[in-house]
Amino acid sequence: MNDYRSRFRHFAAVECAFFSMILAAAPVNAALAENGVAPLNYFLHSYGPAATPTMYLGWIFVALLAVIFVIIALLLTGAVFRKRSAEDPCTIGREDEGMPWIYIGTGVSACILFALAIYALVTLNVIAKPTRAPALTLTVTGYDWWWKIEYEDDDPTRRFVTANEIHIPVGVPVLVKLKSADVIHAFWVPMLAGKTQMIPGLNNQQWLQADAEGIYRGQCTQYCGVQHAHMGFEVVAQNPAEFQKWQDAQRKSAAMVSTIDINAGKKLFLDRCSGCHTIRGTEAVGAHAPDLTHLKSRRLIAAGLLTNTSEHLVKWITHAQDIKPGARMPSMMLTATEISALSAFLSTLN
Amino acid sequence: MTDVVQSSPDLSLRRVPEIGSAPIGSAAEIRLAQLWESAPGWRGWLSTVDHKAIGLRYLVTAFIFLLMGGIEALIMRLQLARPDQVLLTPEQYSQLFTMHGVTMIFLYSLPILSGFSNYLWPLMLGSRDMAFPRLNALSYWIFLFAGIFLYASFPLGEAPNAGWFNYVPFAGLEYNTGPNIDVYALGMVLLGISTTVGSVNFVVTLFRMRAPGMSINRVPILVWGTLTASVANIFAIPSVSLAFFLLWLDRQIGTHFFDVVNGGKPLLWQHLFWMFGHPWVYAVVLPAMGIVSDALPTFCRRPLVGYSAVALSTMATMLLGFGVWIHHMFAAGLPTLALSFFGAASMVISIPSAVAVFAWIATIWLGRPVFNTPFLFFAGFVILFVIGGLSGVMTAAVPLDFQLNETYFVVAHLHYVLLGINVFPVVGGIYYWFPKFFGRMMNETLGKWSFWVMFIGFNLGFFPMHLAGLLGMPRRIYTYAPNMGWNAVNMVTSVGSFIFAAGILIFLVNILISLKRGALATPNPWDAPTLEWAVASPPPAYNFAVIPFVASRHPLWEGRLDEGGGRSSLEQGYLLMEGREAIGTTPLDAEPDIILKMPDDSYAPFFLGLFSALAFAGLLLHWRDFTVLMAVACSLSLMAWMWPRKALVQRVADSKYNKGAAHG
Repeated sequence: MNDYRSRFRHFAAVECAFFSMILAAAPVNAALAENGVAPLNYFLHSYGPAATPTMYLGWIFVALLAVIFVIIALLLTGAVFRKRSAEDPCTIGREDEGMPWIYIGTGVSACILFALAIYALVTLNVIAKPTRAPALTLTVTGYDWWWKIEYEDDDPTRRFVTANEIHIPVGVPVLVKLKSADVIHAFWVPMLAGKTQMIPGLNNQQWLQADAEGIYRGQCTQYCGVQHAHMGFEVVAQNPAEFQKWQDAQRKSAAMVSTIDINAGKKLFLDRCSGCHTIRGTEAVGAHAPDLTHLKSRRLIAAGLLTNTSEHLVKWITHAQDIKPGARMPSMMLTATEISALSAFLSTLN
Repeated sequence: MTDVVQSSPDLSLRRVPEIGSAPIGSAAEIRLAQLWESAPGWRGWLSTVDHKAIGLRYLVTAFIFLLMGGIEALIMRLQLARPDQVLLTPEQYSQLFTMHGVTMIFLYSLPILSGFSNYLWPLMLGSRDMAFPRLNALSYWIFLFAGIFLYASFPLGEAPNAGWFNYVPFAGLEYNTGPNIDVYALGMVLLGISTTVGSVNFVVTLFRMRAPGMSINRVPILVWGTLTASVANIFAIPSVSLAFFLLWLDRQIGTHFFDVVNGGKPLLWQHLFWMFGHPWVYAVVLPAMGIVSDALPTFCRRPLVGYSAVALSTMATMLLGFGVWIHHMFAAGLPTLALSFFGAASMVISIPSAVAVFAWIATIWLGRPVFNTPFLFFAGFVILFVIGGLSGVMTAAVPLDFQLNETYFVVAHLHYVLLGINVFPVVGGIYYWFPKFFGRMMNETLGKWSFWVMFIGFNLGFFPMHLAGLLGMPRRIYTYAPNMGWNAVNMVTSVGSFIFAAGILIFLVNILISLKRGALATPNPWDAPTLEWAVASPPPAYNFAVIPFVASRHPLWEGRLDEGGGRSSLEQGYLLMEGREAIGTTPLDAEPDIILKMPDDSYAPFFLGLFSALAFAGLLLHWRDFTVLMAVACSLSLMAWMWPRKALVQRVADSKYNKGAAHG
């Protein structure tokens, strides 16, 4: 699997040229130079049929509207700098002149708007539904402030739950059912599709498809409380074989090895964490927080906020309220021994 | 005056007002001044119903709210200037962005326009006051108290915190247990009273209080703008007041309108809110567009091109404005067919705006402008209007909006619309009418500085927000990671916002200096065409010594325009000086219809407003007895307000005092 940055590199030239052409704005080029690419930059990057038509639409709209803006700005500048003859500052123009301006200006605007409206509606129709039946259905439920992900299957034993990291096979449409456990959130993976609100009591859905392998960043975009800013996730698009492997691994319960260290950590987890978290294969069946059965398989923790290293994990467990103030995860008071035991246990959750 | 006979059941009440003139210093003029001036000192201050005093209060109060909302914005921009800043806690940031929105949308943008309209309408229409002067005073007092009510929660750290559109269930009791949302809900219901009575007053004033001869096709465009906005408010405000009332019931009484567990519908809130919200967006820009349509021609030295087209486009915008609310909800998962209709309607609504834009450009082009500060603001406004309109076309394209919705692109768009179409005309309008308000000119040098600093700061601050949105930055995040690609745009935005604030500061300094040392203004310093410039600067309490007869759209340019038709009569007209009197005219043609007895000053509006606000405070604090007491006090204030007085009786001679019913 490629890291997304390398995949985006060849776009750099295109995007610089494009931005300087249409926007002539220094900040963007600076921003891109600074970081390579913005992971949510849907305007220049799209990797699937649910997003690409919209991206082209965006380019055409921006280009056309920029031309219109320049024309109007030139007219206005020309009008403003038409000099008044100095000898008679008080002459008053006649009222009945000038109507052709309105007729022509409004007429041309109306035609352009009509064309744009049709183009937008056609595009809407194109992206509304996938051309073939979805190959995979999953349910994403928004929680304050993380994402629960359920993989559906006709066979109930093959269903499984994970959190904050969606894996999809590349090149096929995926149906995403959207729910909310508390307030309104919005599901958005900008490089793959537009956003849809997750409204409690309603069953919304959208589809997406990734045509290239890679990691696509997602983000909640409906204000949902203090940690709205830190409600991210990732979509990992894999080739079918890798995806199948991942799925099989996720279906399994946690493999429990038994050493002294790990048993102490497990006990601690069951005492302190299992009220909210689930680890399949243990007595931990809490349903208020992410399923941690395969915690170590994820790239990020804390809903996209931190990379999944053991230091970050310890920091998150002990200082969650400093890292993500207001989150439902408390800062756990643990001794150094407890920390190492818990770490040892969590590191077995592959 | 045959209409007087027809409208009166009692022929003995017929009275034909005397026609004459009342030059400054004449006995008649002195009597008028005595009749209309408010008592000196605090008594007059609390009891006045003079539309000019009320208008200025609206302007000053709303501007103070603008400054407060601006300070909130600057604090947020400090937090967002760099990634991972910890200047504010997430909760503080939530309260700041919510109060920034509430302040700017509800406590600044419409009230400031009400200020202009209150001050200018009677002067532009050739009337002595608004139709319901006491209602006018009430409208102001409730606005003021509602603003204080909302802001009182801030120092306690319990300000509204769910965003200005306050989506449930986040705003419901389950997820928002503090008093924050109750403050917002009650404050909005209270403010809704103010807006509604104000709107009713504008509508009746337009149809009843114009000078004879000012037929409906001769009123200034500002009047069209405010009229349209007022009619819209009368239909839109009930929706939002209802929504907030239902939310308050959910939170306090335990009803289940929005509560999912018990079958409530969160989507209902979105519909109710945006059915109000979108018309409101137009209500806060149409009068400002009217300011430009009326004031720009003065500096272009020619009448506005396409008066009828612009007036009609104003109304068309509003009508369409009621049919586009779904475009705030494109991401809510509604059926594609519904989205198509609302998307197309949202594109169509740009057409009336195009009419206005080309009318302004044609006016400037054909007129050859003179460069004064107000002109700079109006010309700058046109370009910002175009940018805001074009980005609006992008958000109207449904598929594109699936991406743009709830990102900084929308933030950029709405600021171009609200600052570009509201703040720039407002500041330009203050430069323009300042001599009328205070009898002194504003300083031109500082004025030009303030324009350029504001214009550059505004574009530097808000244009990069478009880019932040295209780079995927969501709204309402209190911080962001350094690797998202948003660092530079945010830094530029923060710098620009402070430059913009500096421009506002220059403008304020200019006001303070000009109030003391500005050159004295003549009645018509800009050589403008409309009636407000026919009276002294500042205008006398009675506005017009005699009610003028109006013969054209540009009474003060008639000699030079030479449009044919009659000449307006500004020196000779109805005297109407048996008490506070005004003339009522027919709705379309403005033929004299009835003599209106205008009410005296009264404390009742102040106390009614105060007691209403206290009653709402009682509801907020669950002081049941106190609330009941305040409701009783409200009733008593209303009784004092309505108390019949002989002065209001229409009469022919003293001997008939007790005979006839009052009318008017």
